[in-house]
Amino acid sequence: MFEYAPAPESRSVVDLKPSYGLFIDGKFVDPADGGSFKSINPASEEVLAEIAEAGSEDVERAVRAARKAYDKVWGPMSGRDRAKYLYRIARLIQERSRELAVLESLDNGKPIRESRDVDLPLVAAHFFYYAGWADKLEHAGFGPRPQPIGVAAQVIPWNFPLLMLAWKIAPALAAGNTVVLKPAETTPLTALLFAEICQQAELPAGVVNILTGAGDTGRALVEHAGVDKVAFTGSTDVGRAIARSVAGTRKKLTLELGGKAANIVFDDAPIDQAVEGIVNGIFFNQGHVCCAGSRLLVQENVADRVLESLKRRMAQLRVGDPLDKNTDVGAINSAAQLERIRELSDAGSAEGAERWSPPCDLPDRGFWFAPTIFTGVTQAHRIAREEIFGPVLSVLTFRTPAEAVEKANNTPYGLSAGIWTDKGSRILWMADRLRAGVVWANTFNKFDPTSPFGGFKESGYGREGGRHGLEGYLNV
Amino acid sequence: MSERVAVRKTYKLFIGGKFPRSESGRSYLVQSSNVSLASRKDARDAVVAARAAVKGWAGATAYNRGQILYRAAEMLEGRREQFVALGIPGDEVDAAVDRWVWYAGWADKLAQVYGGANPVAGPYFNISAPEPTGVVAVVAPERPALLGLVSVIAPAIVSGNTVVVAASPSEPLAAVTLAEVLATSDLPGGVVNILTGAITETAPTLAAHMDVNAIDLTGVTDAALATDLEVKAAENLKRVLRPAPADHDWTGDPGLAPMTALLETKTVWHPKGV
Repeated sequence: MFEYAPAPESRSVVDLKPSYGLFIDGKFVDPADGGSFKSINPASEEVLAEIAEAGSEDVERAVRAARKAYDKVWGPMSGRDRAKYLYRIARLIQERSRELAVLESLDNGKPIRESRDVDLPLVAAHFFYYAGWADKLEHAGFGPRPQPIGVAAQVIPWNFPLLMLAWKIAPALAAGNTVVLKPAETTPLTALLFAEICQQAELPAGVVNILTGAGDTGRALVEHAGVDKVAFTGSTDVGRAIARSVAGTRKKLTLELGGKAANIVFDDAPIDQAVEGIVNGIFFNQGHVCCAGSRLLVQENVADRVLESLKRRMAQLRVGDPLDKNTDVGAINSAAQLERIRELSDAGSAEGAERWSPPCDLPDRGFWFAPTIFTGVTQAHRIAREEIFGPVLSVLTFRTPAEAVEKANNTPYGLSAGIWTDKGSRILWMADRLRAGVVWANTFNKFDPTSPFGGFKESGYGREGGRHGLEGYLNV
Repeated sequence: MSERVAVRKTYKLFIGGKFPRSESGRSYLVQSSNVSLASRKDARDAVVAARAAVKGWAGATAYNRGQILYRAAEMLEGRREQFVALGIPGDEVDAAVDRWVWYAGWADKLAQVYGGANPVAGPYFNISAPEPTGVVAVVAPERPALLGLVSVIAPAIVSGNTVVVAASPSEPLAAVTLAEVLATSDLPGGVVNILTGAITETAPTLAAHMDVNAIDLTGVTDAALATDLEVKAAENLKRVLRPAPADHDWTGDPGLAPMTALLETKTVWHPKGV
C-alpha cells in the first residue's frame, strides 16, 4: 500500500463561538440555572465550546414557547406557507453545507468525506422532501383532514447529529407541529447552527426550540405534561424507560432504538462486492450506526475466501484525522463510548472468540479504536447479542438459508438486515422471513428521505422517512 | 307429557382451536352460566398457541386470509338467532357480520394502500410493505359484547397477526359463542384464542409476556390498570393501543388505524444494474 499525503479540509469555514446558549422562542438565551458543559473534539480532546445545560425551568420555557407558536402561528398557518419555510431551510442547509459538514466532523469525529457526501446531502433532501408534504397532507393516506398533534419533544443521538435532527424536525413541522429538540450532549453544535439557520429563514419564533443538555434534560423534556408527542432515537434501554414514562398519558410515542443486524453472505454472492458491503455495513461512521451490519453470517463453504478478502480490504482502511479527506474511519465519539467498545471486545476475547485487527497506527490524542473482527463467534457470545456501536464485527457461519434466517432472527432487535446473493428468488424468500424493518439486498446502509426506516421488536416502533414518517406526527 | 329437558352448554375457553376448561378448574357465575375463570397459566398457554399459529397464518396468502374471514361472517350470519338468544340486539349481530365482511375485504388490499414503491434518489429498487407484528394480546371492550369483540379481533388477524383475547368479564357468553363460529370457519387453531374471566388476572400476564408483540388495551376502563399494563408492556417494547374513549362509536367507520397499529413496515432495497 502506498502512502497518501494528508488532504485536510479547512476549519476556517466554521466560526465557533466560545459559548452557546439555549434556543428558545427564536432567541439564544442563558439557562435559568446557569449550568453548562463542554463539547470536545473527539479526535483531539480539544474543547470546542461551552454549552448551556437546560434545567427544568428552561424546559418549561421552551415547551411554553412551542405551545404558543403552535396555537398562534404554526397551527393556523396554511400548509402552503409552512412548506415555503421548510424549502427555505432546505436551501439554507445546502448553501451552508460545507460549514455544517466541517462542524459535524469536528464535534462528532466522523470523516469529512462522510459528513460532506452522506450526512449533509441527506439532511437537505429530508427538508426538501417533507416541505412538499406540508400542503398535501390530505393526500397522504391518513384520512381527509389529518390534524397535527401539537408540541413534539424530540431527543436525538450523537451518531448522526444533524441528520437525526432533520429526520425529527422536517416531518414534525411539515405536519404542523412545533418542536422542542434536545441534541446529544456530546454533539450539540450542528443543532445550534441549525437554530441560526431557523433565524436566517425567519421561521416564526417558538416553532423550533433547541435545548442542550444530557439525560436529565431529556427526561424533563419527555416527561413534561405540556408535550403531546415524544420521538426518541437512541438506546433500547432509554427507549424502554421513555415507554414507561409515557404510560397513562395521551402522548404519542415513536422510538428508533438499537440493532444487531445480520449481514448474510451466500456462496453465490459476488465476493468483492459483498466485502465492500460488509466493510460499509460495519465500519461506516465508525460503526456508530444503529442499523450497522454487526453480525456477519457467511455461508460455510465460502467463509475462508470471504474472510481473506475482508482482511485484505480492512488493511486498506485509513483510520485517523476526521478532517482529512482520505480518512475512512474517524474518531470514536466519546471516552465513554470507547470504554464500552473496549469492554465488549474484551468480553469477546474472554469468551473464546478470535480477535483480529489490521496493523493500524492510531493517533496519540483523542478516542480511537482500530477496525476489528471476531471469528469463531457463537450465538451465545455477548459480542453476537449486544449492540457494540463501534467498528467491531462478529463473524458466524451457516450452511442453509433456513439456518441463516434462524440465526439472523435470533435477537431481540429487528432494525435491519443484509442479503448478498446472485439469486433473485432467494433474496425475496429471505426478505420475507427476516424480522427487520429495512432489508438491504446486495447493498447496505443506504438511506433516502422517501424510504421508511424503523424497527421490528425491541428496535422500536414507528417509521421515519417517506409517507409513513408523517404518521407519527399526525392524529390518525 | 312432561316437557323436554334442555341440554345446557358448558362455556369454556378457546385455546389453540380447542375448548379446554381453565387449567385452574375454576369458573364464575355470570349471565346465569358457569363460565371458565382463566388463570395466568391459561394466558401463557394461549400465548404459546398464538405463537405457534403465527407462521402458518402470516404465511398464508392474503387472498386465503380474506376467504377465511369472509367464511367467519357467513357462519356468524347463520347463528344470528343464537346471539339474539344471548341478549345481543339483532342489529348489533348484523353490524358484527357486516364488520367481518368489511375487514375480510381488506386482507388483500392493505399492502397496496399502506405500502408502496419509494422513489429513492439513486439506482435502487425500493419497496415498503406491511407485515403483521406477531402475537397480539387484546382486552376486548366490556360492551357491546359482540360488535366490540369483532371490532378488535378482525383488524388484528386480517393482516396475519394471531391474538389472545381477554373477553368481556360481564358478558362473556358472546365471546365463547363467537369462538364456536371461528372454530367452524376454517380459521387455523391458535389464530384466535379467547380467555374468559377477570381482566385483572389475565391482562397483566399478557402485558408482561416477553413473547407477545403488541397489546390492545381498548377494553380497559380502569385508568390505573391501563397505566400498569402499559408500563409492563414497555419491557419488550410492545406496540400499545391505548384504551378507547368511553364515548367511542362502535358503529362508525373504523378507519385504517386499528389495522395499521398492528403492522410493521418492511422496506427492501436492491440495486438496479445489468
